[in-house]
Amino acid sequence: MNARRVSALVVKELKRTIREPANLFMVIVFPLILTLAFGASFGAIGGNEFKYNVAVVNRDIGPYGAVLISALTRIEVLSIQNYTDPSAAQSDLQQGRVKAILDIPPDFTTSVLTYNQSPTSPSKWHNTTLSLSIDNGSMVASAAIPPIIQQTLSAITQVNAKAGTSITIGTPTLVDTQKISQFAYMVPGLFGYAAVFLIMTVAQALTTEREQGILRRISVTPTTVGDIFAGHIVSNLILGSVQVAMVFAASYVMGFRPLGGVAGIIMAFAMVLTLTISSVGLGLITAAFARNSGAATGISFVFILPLMFLGTFVPAPESISRLVPTWYVTDALTSIFLRGAPVTSQAIINDLLTVVAASAAIIITGIVAFRRFGKS
Amino acid sequence: MYSIDIQGLTKRFEDKTAVDELTLTINAGELFGLLGPNGAGKTVTIKTLCGILKPTSGTANVNGFDVIKDTEELHKIIGLCPQEPAYYSYLTGRENIEIFGAFQGVPTKVLKERTTQLIDAVGLGADADRRAGKYSGGMIRRVSLAMALIHDPAVAFLDEPTVAMDPQSRHATWDIIRDLKKRGKTVILTSHYIEEVEALADRVGIIDHGKLIALGTPAELKQKHGAANLEEVFITMTGRKIREES
Repeated sequence: MNARRVSALVVKELKRTIREPANLFMVIVFPLILTLAFGASFGAIGGNEFKYNVAVVNRDIGPYGAVLISALTRIEVLSIQNYTDPSAAQSDLQQGRVKAILDIPPDFTTSVLTYNQSPTSPSKWHNTTLSLSIDNGSMVASAAIPPIIQQTLSAITQVNAKAGTSITIGTPTLVDTQKISQFAYMVPGLFGYAAVFLIMTVAQALTTEREQGILRRISVTPTTVGDIFAGHIVSNLILGSVQVAMVFAASYVMGFRPLGGVAGIIMAFAMVLTLTISSVGLGLITAAFARNSGAATGISFVFILPLMFLGTFVPAPESISRLVPTWYVTDALTSIFLRGAPVTSQAIINDLLTVVAASAAIIITGIVAFRRFGKS
Repeated sequence: MYSIDIQGLTKRFEDKTAVDELTLTINAGELFGLLGPNGAGKTVTIKTLCGILKPTSGTANVNGFDVIKDTEELHKIIGLCPQEPAYYSYLTGRENIEIFGAFQGVPTKVLKERTTQLIDAVGLGADADRRAGKYSGGMIRRVSLAMALIHDPAVAFLDEPTVAMDPQSRHATWDIIRDLKKRGKTVILTSHYIEEVEALADRVGIIDHGKLIALGTPAELKQKHGAANLEEVFITMTGRKIREES
């Protein structure tokens, strides 16, 4: 590869983006309008929360812990998830995977039994406390979950809270997050959403240059295929950076205040730029099999639609969404921006590594496919 | 010394033979005209000599570089002005010329000067800074020629460089081609325009159905066939006109 040639190709690609209205709209204007429009439409609307994921850490050495969990599982608005490791539950709360953590202490059964044996003799009770941590960012969850747990506890232990009890639910520890609007839930997905449209612009650029004989003409210069690929990767990394900065700026204007600080912003750039490389790879795959730029536009949507609908701001079943790299970007950015999860947390690192691995596989596949099928 | 040495070159596309056992040598510094009707095999020959197409059989060397094995070195010393001008419509004429200079590794300072010289030579003037997508067909041809010559190649392949040009542009292009010849460059020129080749070329090869059917200086060919011009030579040999008038 030659830096001068790659640099010339990068400048050429950036000029194409700026000078061709369709590209400028797709890469820059569209994500900007979308962010502003979503901010205006959903900025004041609270998040949709129909079911609360509650992590339960059962450390009870007797049977009543399991009885309590069983009772909680039957409550429709709760989705109970069992944890053995309290720190894993704490990590998932910070990253928004669960709305609350209920920690059942080892002496829970002892406490229930002593109460049931002598409900009117507090001196004979063995007192204990169920600890509860709740996502303060979810106003509805923080209001709804404690009374639900209290009622369930009363029902299964026959403890009458009003008359006094051996078991208390500790004052909920509220995880310090902000009030989250529907728009805030969408913002992490908008970063990936902007990047996936690069698939179409890369595919169109390559097919157009092939149709017009430019690739053939370049092949009669010392420019290598590697130079051309590098030119597309670097120029799209620059465009991806512009998109990230733009979505940040536009969402900030619309009231979004991300948590995570500078490290979170850097991670957002890292995640989206890595995703951009996969977009270039998918663009190459599209261009390899599309006969002309019109076909490239159509074929690119085979990739764009699942990446968009499964991995960005559109709600979709997680089991399917995990098949697309955009989901990992959105998942990580949601945890960082909405929950303040540290960028070094294992879940975030796992998301990043998944996107890196997927992007590497896709770009290699794209390069091989284009070299094999796309040059003529 | 031969600049181009072609021995038994054949190029087939499935059942069609585009170039058939072509053997030809072109001297260094020679301006060689390749004449023939559409589909005769001129462009396929040029594409093969530029390393774009692989020959089915036979060999070809350009300035000592094998067109199959030595493409990296080959592409540094040749300039191709293709029949269909390929350019970036969203770049200006000047930017199109400069980017091909960058592809060829022309030093930045030299590139600026040479671009300006070529813009003047092809008569692009102030239009050089307009986007190429807005150019007329003739203007695009002139930019395309400048793109091919920006790195001052030792061997220039000019495939129908004056098609769709107005007379003034054609004469400007002829001047550029003559200048290449004067500076010792090897030029392979294909054209439908008989008078163009007759006026410019040191030697002419007439190609039909992929075969070289005549080779010599314009004067030799005319004398040999008792013809007033090369068109008559072609008609005498094939019974057809090189360029079918519409």
